[in-house]
Amino acid sequence: MKILVCISHVPDTTSKISFVDNNTKFDGTGVQYIIGPYDDYALARAIELKEATQSTVTVLNVGLAETEPTLRKALAIGADDAIRVNAEPTDSFFVASQIAEHAKGFDLILMGRESIDFNSGVVHGMVGEMLGLPSFSPVMKLEISGTSAKMAVEIEGGKETVEASLPLVAGCQEPIAEWKIPNMRGIMGARTKPLKVVEPKAVEVPVKLQRFELPPPKGAVKMISPDNVGELVRLLKNEAKVL
Amino acid sequence: MNILVFAETSDGKVKSTAIEAVCYAQAIGGNVTAIAMGTVGAAELEALGKYGAKKVLHAADARLNQGITLAYTSVIAQAMADENTDVLVLANSALGTPVAARVAVRTGAAFASNVVELPSASSGFTVKRSIYTGKAFSVVDMKPARKVLVLKKNAAEVKEVGGTAKVESYSAKLNDADFGAKITSTEKATGDILLPEANIVVSGGRGMKGPEHWGPLEELAKVLHAATGCSKPVSDMGWRPHHEHVGQTGIKVAPQLYIAIGISGAIQHLAGVNSSKCIVVINKDADAPFFKAADYGIVGDAFDVLPKLIAALKGAK
Repeated sequence: MKILVCISHVPDTTSKISFVDNNTKFDGTGVQYIIGPYDDYALARAIELKEATQSTVTVLNVGLAETEPTLRKALAIGADDAIRVNAEPTDSFFVASQIAEHAKGFDLILMGRESIDFNSGVVHGMVGEMLGLPSFSPVMKLEISGTSAKMAVEIEGGKETVEASLPLVAGCQEPIAEWKIPNMRGIMGARTKPLKVVEPKAVEVPVKLQRFELPPPKGAVKMISPDNVGELVRLLKNEAKVL
Repeated sequence: MNILVFAETSDGKVKSTAIEAVCYAQAIGGNVTAIAMGTVGAAELEALGKYGAKKVLHAADARLNQGITLAYTSVIAQAMADENTDVLVLANSALGTPVAARVAVRTGAAFASNVVELPSASSGFTVKRSIYTGKAFSVVDMKPARKVLVLKKNAAEVKEVGGTAKVESYSAKLNDADFGAKITSTEKATGDILLPEANIVVSGGRGMKGPEHWGPLEELAKVLHAATGCSKPVSDMGWRPHHEHVGQTGIKVAPQLYIAIGISGAIQHLAGVNSSKCIVVINKDADAPFFKAADYGIVGDAFDVLPKLIAALKGAK
């Protein structure tokens, strides 16, 4: 089986978010970048499937040269080769178009349910539509037997068990697999694994960024004595107006 | 402007988030049509007229009782062509968002999800989206004539404008490939208020000391008509089911009121709740980081504060 795992290169969850250039560009100064946490689950499941089913795992990222350490980390975790589409991932439709260009011929196309920077949660659906393949998200469990997949897909308040034939696209989330931490051997081996850089396909992007905004600063917390919870109820009713 | 709204249903009832989507469409202004799938009572659909839908297309095909992404995509894309739709509006959900993504590609529409407020038409058609897991917004201009918008909860105020919608039966051309995926079983909590749709959420963390102590928290939720949530460690330890896990890698909620009990407030948890309108934190550790993100805080033991809070709420009714 040929598995493609699409990974995003995103600011660590604890990063402070700020913008530069008149609020049109993310300020990456001092920010630590990671493999998107949902993508990391997808990668971990792909490596498990690779070990169980004699598969190959290719990782793909749409990003500029600075994302290569993230791809190398994915190779260290156990992917066989990597593709970097040399473009800034500014829009879901753009990213999906680039992935679709390279995803033909794979049996399983995995990624996270969403990236934690733009949070659109739609690249899997768009890639599926572009390739004429079914797409599923958020997938919490994925078992493959032969050419069919059995999945647990989260729905509001529960989950569904879904069966479908390969090839397919899945947006993954926990508890599909445990995150994998690269070992020294993996890190050494990753240096020589193939990482191919390709130029992006020309795509007309239908959505244009005008500016970024930050939410207004939060007011100070109002502390209430545990012996006076009636005051809390009053404030929620009359001040916050949420009851 | 012709606006089509996906009126997502659950067990034959239009979801509250779908009603918000109808209100959003009504507030944009234009000709609002809704579309519903599977078995739903006519009265339930006519009632969408109260929120501004003039017409409801009902694709009653029983195969659509299951939320199959590809089949829903085909029905909505065909309805957009038939209705000459300019803007499709959906509420964010496990089904709605993936369907929206596919419809946008199929119909060549511009796409934006996590939309938090009404569009501005002052220069083009711009919408504001929540990004960086609630820590920032982006304002984007949508160029093509046709647009697909997926709303975050509370993007529009629910307002009744009166009226009854005309319900028309709608049949779309569906092929076998649309039903290629088989949903073989569904497990769903019944009778509970669903977390992503709740206006009030009551969440518990490790401070609740064990699954057997959830009684007071559930009672508080009942008094408030709230959904129950939990922190990641609580779901990881199996104290509560995964679909209650609120946070970065779980459900992101945006209720009017979020009450956190015995949750320290790790940044991963805050990422799931920072779009809440009002946050109350109850924790016995005065240094819990969650207090910094809260509107109101009580330093105290959950098992002392909860009964008092329940009594105060009952007394206030």
